[in-house]
Amino acid sequence: MTRIGRQWWRLFRRASQKGAEAEDRIAVATQLQLTWWRFRKHKLAVMSLFVVILFYLVAVFADFLAYADPEASDARRGYIPPQSIHWFDSDGSFRPYVHGLLGVRDLRTFKLVYRVDESRKVYIQFFAEGYPYYLFGLFPTNRHLLGFDNSKPENGLFLLGTDVQGRDVWSRLMVATRVSLSIGLAGVTISLFLGVLFGGISGLYGGIIDTAIQRMIEIVRSIPTIPLWMGLAAALPNTWSSAQVYFAITIIISLIGWTDLARVVRGRFLSLREEDFVVAAELMGASRMRIIFRHMLPSFMSHVIAAISLALPAMIISETALSFLGLGLRPPAISWGILLQDAQNIQTLAVAPWLLVAAVPVIIVILAFNFLGDGLRDAADPYG
Amino acid sequence: MISFIVRRFLLALATTWAISVMSFVIIQLPPGDFVDAYIARLSSTGSSVSMEEAQAMRNLYGLDQPYYVQYAKWIARVIVGDFGESMEWQRPVAEVLGDRLWITVVVSFAALLLTWALALPIGIYSAVRQYSFGDYAFTLIGFIGLAVPNFLLALILLYAAFRWFGLNVGGLFSAEYELAPWSWAKVGDLMWHLPLPALILALAGTAQLIRIMRANLLDELRRPYVVTARAKGLSESRVILKYPVRAALNPFASALAYLFPYLVSGSIIVSLVLSLPTVGPVLLRALIAQDMYLAGTIVLLLGVLTVIGTFISDLILMWIDPRIRHQVDA
Repeated sequence: MTRIGRQWWRLFRRASQKGAEAEDRIAVATQLQLTWWRFRKHKLAVMSLFVVILFYLVAVFADFLAYADPEASDARRGYIPPQSIHWFDSDGSFRPYVHGLLGVRDLRTFKLVYRVDESRKVYIQFFAEGYPYYLFGLFPTNRHLLGFDNSKPENGLFLLGTDVQGRDVWSRLMVATRVSLSIGLAGVTISLFLGVLFGGISGLYGGIIDTAIQRMIEIVRSIPTIPLWMGLAAALPNTWSSAQVYFAITIIISLIGWTDLARVVRGRFLSLREEDFVVAAELMGASRMRIIFRHMLPSFMSHVIAAISLALPAMIISETALSFLGLGLRPPAISWGILLQDAQNIQTLAVAPWLLVAAVPVIIVILAFNFLGDGLRDAADPYG
Repeated sequence: MISFIVRRFLLALATTWAISVMSFVIIQLPPGDFVDAYIARLSSTGSSVSMEEAQAMRNLYGLDQPYYVQYAKWIARVIVGDFGESMEWQRPVAEVLGDRLWITVVVSFAALLLTWALALPIGIYSAVRQYSFGDYAFTLIGFIGLAVPNFLLALILLYAAFRWFGLNVGGLFSAEYELAPWSWAKVGDLMWHLPLPALILALAGTAQLIRIMRANLLDELRRPYVVTARAKGLSESRVILKYPVRAALNPFASALAYLFPYLVSGSIIVSLVLSLPTVGPVLLRALIAQDMYLAGTIVLLLGVLTVIGTFISDLILMWIDPRIRHQVDA
């Protein structure tokens, strides 16, 4: 054999060994690993997963990322436009600052307008002390990611401007993220429970029970949701605390969302019931509970997870829509919908267009969940 | 075929009943009854109502009887078209609603037509020219349509039109027609204003349908019969339109049935942003003022409208797809 031939042969052997190793790996991989490998190929979905994780991190550290008390209002500071950040100081060193603001009365309209005061610099401090809060709801602290020297009243940090009551939009947005994302999770949990319960019963027993549940689902689906939600939400007593309203709204929005999950679960049950491994388990005398939880559930878990990630954005939109109408969460609760409520009409938008900023996280999170759900759905059946 | 229609019709009746019960629950949910609210309203303006008068009113509306009797009385009145009295407006509910119900139907239906008119050709184009520039462009627009809730889209458009064109795109009529009686000119004015709200409503559904149509048609185009048709020398448009598109149309048509409730519900919230004279703004005001007869009636009527719309789409589906027509007889 020539030298070149030998080299080729070695290369070929190595390549085929590698192929065999990969095959071995696939043969012994658990279903979860297979699903993960398949999911990784979907670049957009992987990116979306990171975006979603980022959003939930914001939700967990909302108070840390905020720098002003989201409730602290000051009518004199209403409708301050967003400040631009200057990253480098005049000597070229990295020291981010914003310019101070000067309230001037417009002599024609007598409205207070804010001008950028170029002469003053408000330096942004990192890990500064601010308003007190409980980290993870447990540890009292007053450390925030950003802060500024607030000893002088004319200093201020308004990265995204302020609303009509002079509350800082950035800080409110952070806290709103926590509420909006958690209400989606809570709603999906309830939907999941209902969906697995009804879908499971439907797929397991079949016959009349199945028909009845399917008809019920069709009825629920053909009711226009928003008017119904509005009616139910408006009926919540005014005396309820915002925590009670939060739970009631969660239940109301999950009343519709469960039907999709029920369909997925039922479909999986019906197709798995006939599978060889289920029949085999039955013949070996496994109890029904064991068959369901040990054999069937793991093989459709990934489908359920995909359905959940497609149901979550619908929940988030529902809450946002209800709160936007003023029928959802009530102040002092803060959610994306409540922030958008301030931007409801064209008169306000003409004066303070930055109030629309709450639409940005809504759109990003919905897109991310949709891509993530698509990727998970494709990966859900790794043997297909 | 008959059994399919009968089954669908029975389901529609059951849905209507479920909606009527829910509307009644909404009317009953707030603490206190209609008379309490009425008395509170009167006393806030200075006049008062004696106990006897209150009792007489309760008798009149049957409020002292158990819930199922109240429901039966209410539904019996509703069936003959008597929806009761709106507390806030001091006028019969039917009068308060007026044209608004029909405008709601017109807006939702226009959105439905637009969904069809956009999704069908774009879906076919995206499948036939897979991975072309146009396919990617439409996919992108589709994702935006899916991701932006329609009321946010309305809000953003409202702002953009105001900011860059100085236009107010809200409303369905020009100022001079707003209160004018119906005439052809007013209908023309409505047609002029209709496309924008219809497009906003239709975008999400269109995005979804394009994806469905594209996926279905791609599956069909890979079938051997398409190759056969092409091999036999049929023209390209005939190869695509005559068989694969027809076969791919079925899930497309059934998607329309569940789109209608979605559009009606979307029209409520979009109307609020764009100040369209549909039932949406009236519903919101009624709910905030706890004018429950008005609110309950609107929820009921919207539900019934949706049921009728869904039933009609079922009939269309049956008409389009011979497989359903024949399968259900067997």
